[in-house]
Parts: sequence; structure tokens; C-alpha cells
Amino acid sequence: MIVADRKPIEELLGMVEDCKKILVVGCKGCVTVCNVGGLKEVEVLAATMKIARKKAGNPLEIAEHVLERQCDREYVSQLGEEVNDYDAVLSMACGVGPQFLSEMYKEQSFFPAVNTTFFGGATQHGVWEERCAGCGTCGIHMFGGLCPIARCAKSLLHGPCGGSSNGICEVNKETECIWDSIVKKKMEAGQLEDLLGVKNFKSWKTARDGGPRRSIREELVQGNI
Amino acid sequence: MSELKSGSNLEKVLAAGHFAFTGECGPPKGANVEHLVEKFQHLKGNVDCVNMTDNQTAVVRMSSMAGSALMVNEGLEPNFQMVCRDRNRLAMMSDILGAYALGVRNMLCLSGDHQTFGNHPEAKNVHCIDSMQLIAMVKKMRDEGKFLNDEDIDVPPKMFIGAACNPFADPYEFRPYRLANKIEAGADFIQTQCIFNMEKFRDFMSKVVDMGLHEKCYILAGVTPMKNAGMANFMKKFVPGMDIPDELIKRLKGVEKKDQAEEGIKFALEQVEEFKEMEGVAGVHMMAIEWEHKVPEIAERAGVLPRPVID
Repeated sequence: MIVADRKPIEELLGMVEDCKKILVVGCKGCVTVCNVGGLKEVEVLAATMKIARKKAGNPLEIAEHVLERQCDREYVSQLGEEVNDYDAVLSMACGVGPQFLSEMYKEQSFFPAVNTTFFGGATQHGVWEERCAGCGTCGIHMFGGLCPIARCAKSLLHGPCGGSSNGICEVNKETECIWDSIVKKKMEAGQLEDLLGVKNFKSWKTARDGGPRRSIREELVQGNI
Repeated sequence: MSELKSGSNLEKVLAAGHFAFTGECGPPKGANVEHLVEKFQHLKGNVDCVNMTDNQTAVVRMSSMAGSALMVNEGLEPNFQMVCRDRNRLAMMSDILGAYALGVRNMLCLSGDHQTFGNHPEAKNVHCIDSMQLIAMVKKMRDEGKFLNDEDIDVPPKMFIGAACNPFADPYEFRPYRLANKIEAGADFIQTQCIFNMEKFRDFMSKVVDMGLHEKCYILAGVTPMKNAGMANFMKKFVPGMDIPDELIKRLKGVEKKDQAEEGIKFALEQVEEFKEMEGVAGVHMMAIEWEHKVPEIAERAGVLPRPVID
């Protein structure tokens, strides 16, 4: 899923400091699963902002709404033209949300309430870790099912680099060296030869480097399914 | 290894069977050519070639290509370092051609220290290709005369291809295989990370010799003389991939502070003596970090002077 972190409250208050009446829109997709932009978080953010503005002697009226998903026009359209009744709208969805909202409601200003960070999953309660860089050409099977593009700080295809120490990445003591794990897994499985030789030069055309990407499913476009 | 691939001085020295002695010189944090040229003078005639580092420790400095070209002008042979952190494959191939055009004949292919260690931690890291692929790319450019896309190169760059190896990084068991991979990719010579843990390096080299890697590639052992116990402590704690035994720190601390530099040099000289005899070691890469003026004395005391001159 897409993982995000909520922006600091000061930054959000700054975004809407000239507003008297705003709407906070949550999303029931990924940001609900990673506890950053679902119903509960919308309520908490709205209450926090109201208190802060009241304390500052400049009360803020906040309406709340949670959409099924903000990355789907069908759901985004449910907000309706009433979005224009507000001075601004804060979206608690990933970076896709405020864009879908902006594209549909051109008169309104939408602000991102979260920083979208990565594609990943929960490794323990309350901890999410990156697993995928969305490079567009998946090759994790070549690396024991572990992705060095997303998980090596240098995206090495022939690691580990000289900074790997006791299974830890030199960049951050909290980060495992994924190449240490790849090598150990391959050695234990007696598949060391998989790591020898020079891998094909990666084409970054399918990644963001090739420009904004589009995925077309013809059978769906034609309405056959 | 009989036919010369690049005709560089380093290649000739190694091919003739001499024990190589290479040096290192960091470019300035500015365009201070005068200071750089002054540092060159300490190295001239005392080493076979000089590594020109490429934004080492991710701190921005004068480009390694410009530094290498300045070195050529001063009559020294550069070993042009290139990291994968700052350039994509277009810029890399372009700079390899540019460096060759400016007289560079050796290059060292590296991943590069991560930018978070440097003075612009906000920078984007490129890593379009990695160091293994950089080696293979330089080889393709040299031997096939082709760019990565298979287009022909009009006058290919004939580089003597170097790579790094850190026997002290983990997982240790994999390190000889990674070295083998670099040789397979096209490395002609290897310069190792600074060696301080001699016991571990002996073990590593015995594995390398058992695999026959020393017969496919020249391996130069990395030596850095410690200036004092503080430097040893700092490197142990803060430089990734360094293995500095407590005994060495104890040895440096065991003498008065004013004598610690001499003790550091003594240890380095003992290392050089051992490397001269160690099977599989073809030379020493002397990294006297910001201590270039000590290189003439170190080379003299190490008994590696005069350096061979080969036509």
C-alpha cells in the first residue's frame, strides 16, 4: 500500500491561516490502513486545529468528510459542488487525492495534509517499511525475493557495498542492509551463482525517469469486462 | 596480461612485474590550482600514479576530471576516480571520453559514499548504474569501441580499469566472490580499502589466492598511515566499512602524542614490508590523507624508490 505521514500541525495551520471555514477530507484507502488519513485521523486533525485556532483567538470552522477513495473520480464526484462553500480543503489522502480533487473542482484550493512517503507494509504494529520503488520492471525474483532498487540506499544490483556492517546499512543504523540479506539467503540456498556475473543494465524508462506513467487495460476501456 | 590495454604507466609497471606504489590526492574545496599543484610535487616521482578522488565522502570539490587533467599537465599520471552517485550513464560515458581526451589512462570505478555523509545531504543520488556495471561499461567502451547502446565510438578510450574492494565489510564470506565478479566484469587492477586488521587481510588474501584471482588481476593493498590515536578512533567510530583493531589504537596511545605520527608511519611501513612478500599482492596503494608531504619520506623508508621508469 501507499504509506504516508501526517504533516506537522504548524504547517497545516499555516496553510489555512487566512481561512475561516475549511473542509478536511479523509480517504478509506491506504491512508486508513496506515492510520494517517482515515475517519479517526480526520476527526483528530479537525479537533486539534479547532483548538489551536480558538486558543489563538481566531476560531476556525471545520467540516469533515471521508471518501471511499480519493483516487477514483466516481467517489471524488460525491463531494459535489459544496466543496466550493469552504475557503480551502485539506486532503488527508496520499498525493493522488488532492490532485484528483483539484482536477474535478477547479475553483477550489486543495492542500495536502500528509507527506506521501513510499509503497510498503507494516512490519509490526505501528511500523511501516518501504518495499517497492515502483520502477516499472520488477526483478525481485533475481534477488531472493528482496528488492535492492527500493531497499538498498544506492539501488545496487551487485551489492553489498563496502559500507555493509553486521547486516546494517551504513546510511542508517535502523536500516538493514538488504544486500546482506540477499547474499545470506542465496548462500544458504546454495544459489550463489545467481549473484555472479554482470546483470543487465537497468532500463529506467519504465520508472519515473521515463516521464509520468500510464497504465491502460484495453478490455476495460472497451467495456468488455 | 602481456599485451598492454591502455599503455598507462601503472599498467606498464605492473606488467613488468614491479611492486607498484600508488598515491592519492584529493582535489581542493575550491578552484585553488596553486595548492593542488603544490601537493602534486610531493607525489611526483615517488608513486606510479595518483588517485584523483571524486567528491570523496560526498563533499563537493573540484571535479576529479579537472584535477586529473591538471595532474597530466604537471607530468604526473592520474588514476581518475568516478562514482556512480553523481552522474547518469550519459554523463559517465561523456566524462570517460573527456578524461581520456585530456590524457587520462587509468580510472577507478566506484559506487561512491552515500550523500547523507557529505555536505549536501539533500542531494538526489543517481545510481543509474552501479560500480560493477561501470567497470563493464568502461571495458565495453575500450575493447568493443562501443557505447552502451552499441553505437560505435570514434576513438575509444583505452583505460586501465580499476576497482575497489573492501575485505572488511560484511558479509565477509561473500567478499572474495564480489571481487571475482569485479574481475569478471573487467577490472584490471584492484585497490583495497585501507587495511589495518592484518590478520583478517591475510585470511582474505589466502582465499583470493585459492580462487586464483590474483592471476587475473593486480591487487594493490590499501595503506593509510595514522597521524595519531585520535584519527584512529575517529575512523573506527565514524568511517563506514573500517576495521581498526584495538591493538593498533593501543599501540598509538602507547607513545607520547608528539611521537604518534611516527608510530603511525612505522606501522604503515611494517605493513608495506609484509605486503611485498604476501602472495597475491602486486603493490601498495598509499592513501596519506591530507599528508601528501609525508609521501616522499614514506616511499623512501619503504624502500620503493626510485620508481621504475618504463618506456
